[in-house]
Amino acid sequence: MTDTTKTTISIDDVRYVAQLSKIAVTDEEAAKLQGELNAILGYAQQLDQLDTTGIEPTYQVTGLTNVDREDELIDYSVDQQALLSNAPHVQDNQIKVPKVL
Amino acid sequence: MSKTIAELAADLDAGRVTAVQLVKEALTALKQSQDEYNIVIELTEDRALERARAIDADRAVGTKPGKPGRLSGIPFVAKDNFLAFGAHTTAASNILRPFMAPYQSTAIERLEAEGAILVAKVNLDSFGHGASTENSDFGPTKNSADTERVAGGSSGGSAVAVALGAVPFALGTDTGGSTRQPASFNGIIGHKPTYGSISRYGVVAMASSTDTIGTLARTIDDAALVFDCMAGKDERDSTTLLDRPASFLPADNPVGKKLKIGLVKEYMGKALADDVRQQVMKRVDDLRQLGHDVEEVSLPSLDLSLAIYYIVIPAEVSSNLARYDGVKYGLSAEQAKALDEVYGLSRDEGFNAENKRRILIGTYVLSSGYYDAYYRKAQTARTILINEFNKAFEQYDLLVGPVAPTTAFKLGENTDDPLKMYLADLMTVAPSLAGLPATSVPSGTGEHDLPVGLQLIGKQRDDALLFAVAKQLEGTK
Repeated sequence: MTDTTKTTISIDDVRYVAQLSKIAVTDEEAAKLQGELNAILGYAQQLDQLDTTGIEPTYQVTGLTNVDREDELIDYSVDQQALLSNAPHVQDNQIKVPKVL
Repeated sequence: MSKTIAELAADLDAGRVTAVQLVKEALTALKQSQDEYNIVIELTEDRALERARAIDADRAVGTKPGKPGRLSGIPFVAKDNFLAFGAHTTAASNILRPFMAPYQSTAIERLEAEGAILVAKVNLDSFGHGASTENSDFGPTKNSADTERVAGGSSGGSAVAVALGAVPFALGTDTGGSTRQPASFNGIIGHKPTYGSISRYGVVAMASSTDTIGTLARTIDDAALVFDCMAGKDERDSTTLLDRPASFLPADNPVGKKLKIGLVKEYMGKALADDVRQQVMKRVDDLRQLGHDVEEVSLPSLDLSLAIYYIVIPAEVSSNLARYDGVKYGLSAEQAKALDEVYGLSRDEGFNAENKRRILIGTYVLSSGYYDAYYRKAQTARTILINEFNKAFEQYDLLVGPVAPTTAFKLGENTDDPLKMYLADLMTVAPSLAGLPATSVPSGTGEHDLPVGLQLIGKQRDDALLFAVAKQLEGTK
């Protein structure tokens, strides 16, 4: 995936972005998504008509930058047990996952 | 509960009604409407009644120092993407179905500090992904005027609860129209504030550069009061604005002059249904009757706003939804044996088709080799759009147009084609991309007696002006 021009999304592209997104998709889902993603990105290609030379992108709209505060602890009053009780698997106050190694 | 907040507060003060009675009335109305409209995901009944009893007790003996809160004893509902005590927070998604909030959103904290009582968490398109509430994993909410039609979305449950009179106000969120459009579809007020006006701490994130907290109510005074209770800096959300005016209430900010108003030409094009156009033009007449100047203004890049939105927002969605991994909280696939399977299978099982579409598009436009062509291009086009708004606001005090191209559509009408559903957002996404305040104001009905909304769009931080003009319009209906 090094081509920088816009191309139609292939079924392999769908599988690749699904893998990047950590979503297991079935073959049937991938085929349906291929059509839908192409339609949506095809619609977005009307932006190509816009001349954006020399214009900077906008990521933050109200102009706030470097919002800082005193380096003091804020009490979030969040209870450890309340947090852990949401985890699917807990052991000895730790969140448990399947063996990785 | 057809009364306004001020009327209910007067009843409470005079002892004609108690907070417990109001809460019970709201709970009963929500329960009775559930089969027909499917508004509620979960009631917060126990906590609501407990709070109501405490508020009544304080009022009875006058033990609480100072004046009662401005919303003391007033019941409300919140979209189920607000973290709140007393119920699950699901964002209407299977992946969050088991999640109990360990803390509360700032918005709800501030309303509770004024004495308001949350009675239910209500339906939405899961994670806010949609314009009809049909993408909810809890089934669609039905329109308050016609149960064969959509509630609008994504804050569909909030809008229908208020429109049916179950509660005087509701919280929603608005990322690209999700408060304004359902308000319009149900004939109530929906305010999307200036970006950063109200803290998003404790609200399930969708697209962080445009997510805002929406207020839905039946009268503009109620909407402005609720907004006034929530707005202001919060150390827990670094995007909140550093300062705010002393008051946002129309009574404190009357329209003192003849305004110059621009009717947005691009929003009045061929995509607009005739019945909606007719009601919008009636409102333009109302504005002229009120003494304001209204003339057409063109912002050519608006035609591209939906294309910008459906690149930028999925990109942010894909980042924000990366946290749902089946490990820390939420659904975890039982059959997963390895860690990678926990991620992949939990996310496949927990996310619905629209969630997946947005995550995959977002991942694609951010991926190596496509970032510049899609994401950077869209964010640059966003600058051009913002520049056009700024230029328009040099000449005009505010802009007006429709909220949506049509009135509420039929259930199932747009579900087969995602792109067709996206077109419902055509007129609401641009103010979101520019961080502008925008309000949906009830504006009569179109064909089949379905509600129509007028959209007021202001400069950043001009929320009070929008409330004031909406108040003037309220007087003309």
